[in-house]
Amino acid sequence: MTKIAVASGKGGTGKTTVAANLAYVASRNGQTVAYLDCDVEEPNGHIFLKPEIKHSEPVGILVPHVSEADCNLCGKCGEICQYSAIVCVGKKVLVYPELCHACGGCRMVCPTGAITEVRRDMGLVGTGWADSIRFVHGCLTVGEAMSPPVIKAVKAAAPKVDLLITDAPPGTSCPVIESIRECDFVLLVTEPTPFGLNDLKLAVEMVRVLELPFAVVLNRADVGDRGVHEYCAAERIKLLAEIPDDRRIAEAYSRGEMICEALPEYRSVFKELLRDLTS
Amino acid sequence: MKEMVVISGKGGTGKTSLVASFADLAGRCVVADADVDAADLHLVLNPTVVQQEDFSGGSRARVIAEDCTACGKCAEICRFEAIIAEDSVNGQADRTYRVDPIACEGCGVCAYFCPAEAIDFSPVVNGQLFVSETRCGPMVHAKLGIAEENSGKLVSLVRQRAKAIAQEQGLDLVLIDGSPGIGCPVIASITGADQVLVVTEPTLSGLHDLQRVADLTTHFDIEMYVCINKWDLNEGLASEIEEQTHRRGGHVAGRVRYDRAVTEAQVHAQTITERECGAANDIRRLWARLRDVGDFDSIRV
Repeated sequence: MTKIAVASGKGGTGKTTVAANLAYVASRNGQTVAYLDCDVEEPNGHIFLKPEIKHSEPVGILVPHVSEADCNLCGKCGEICQYSAIVCVGKKVLVYPELCHACGGCRMVCPTGAITEVRRDMGLVGTGWADSIRFVHGCLTVGEAMSPPVIKAVKAAAPKVDLLITDAPPGTSCPVIESIRECDFVLLVTEPTPFGLNDLKLAVEMVRVLELPFAVVLNRADVGDRGVHEYCAAERIKLLAEIPDDRRIAEAYSRGEMICEALPEYRSVFKELLRDLTS
Repeated sequence: MKEMVVISGKGGTGKTSLVASFADLAGRCVVADADVDAADLHLVLNPTVVQQEDFSGGSRARVIAEDCTACGKCAEICRFEAIIAEDSVNGQADRTYRVDPIACEGCGVCAYFCPAEAIDFSPVVNGQLFVSETRCGPMVHAKLGIAEENSGKLVSLVRQRAKAIAQEQGLDLVLIDGSPGIGCPVIASITGADQVLVVTEPTLSGLHDLQRVADLTTHFDIEMYVCINKWDLNEGLASEIEEQTHRRGGHVAGRVRYDRAVTEAQVHAQTITERECGAANDIRRLWARLRDVGDFDSIRV
């Protein structure tokens, strides 16, 4: 199984477009393909791939529950907690479940066994099919701060296929790392503007820290300046594909259409990209 | 003093370009870049850093090899699969343990329970905070280290510092450039703010993401204003987004047209309003409306 992640420092550069269209061309090339939407804060893959979700399951983490009758107010739980999710104030232990990272420290340290762990749901994972593409996405419940547990659940629901394509969230911090760390290759999508270049550099730093092989896809390739080209050349980073700034692409995108279907003349861009990635 | 936060749900809708233009139109205000893991505002506002400090968002575990008895307790209790066991090579050493710094959540449970006290657990620097001066006023910005956590804490620190500067200098507005999504850094950037402007685009993705951001602002009980960038890309969807905004109790703040001059401005490190173009006129109207409803006393256009 080949695992390819599509990521970017900057948002809105075309991650979902690249990931969904790659899945599309691969699935029509005789490969078994899965598309994982790990952008669980703002998942959009379903808008383009239009999957039929067959199964949906809540995702939860274990958070502490304190039995007041058994608690001797020693305060050890509050001392070990690094996230201020449990504190002993006066004659009461207060739990802030939304701050809890589910490390289990408070339960382990409690000398009276007053702490048990209860499941707290924070999102959903849906699985299904988009034609012959296996589809998995996660959705963080609005108001929840931590997306990594939902991302982990999306990855755990991934089927065994020839090609696994992960659509990562934007940025360079923990949700992105969680999405891409077990992949074989990362495609960084950017655009040829100063913002695109700055955020590409951050994304490159990130994949280098993770020691993952990577290459760049340039979207809206004919706007802006030559900064991204020059940077890639200087750093010997492969530029695997360029997608032009075509208003028809933007319009098809606005309607939730796949480029490969709405504008078949662009299929070759994704076919070639797929060939470069899997050869 | 008011705090106005610009967020978007979906990335790449034009938050930073709009914030830079607002800073230009507002006269002096404090600008804060809360998109700490992909900050771009500095590329337009060209800040001169006057103060810099390290940020520590938490601690991280590290096995002290010479003290480790290889009992395996840490690996057994770590919930994040962050303890890696390595078997002896060529029989030279026993099994050893180390912490994968990327997987480590900084909970400290391994260090607390290690019977040999062989795990160091101390605060780590995972970012930098900058206070700068720009042509539009003071700016607070930050850089989260690569692959670091606790972006929410750093965002809160950026906001705190920006507010303190506004108070010191008697400035009535703090303009905050937020990050995409609805998770921890976004929540940290909007809680307790006076006004949230959501910048969206007339696409199905933009609409979908706006709905989630609207739920978020409702959840935290903050007044939401919506602006549609590149509205002429799909006029039907632009109207639909405005209708939905009204239905959800939000306010439509304005529309900005698709204009290639926006990218040109970015390439020249200018705000959009520093160039004469259609989008600049749209942004002036948008700002006038936000200023009226926001009641920012000191503002001059």
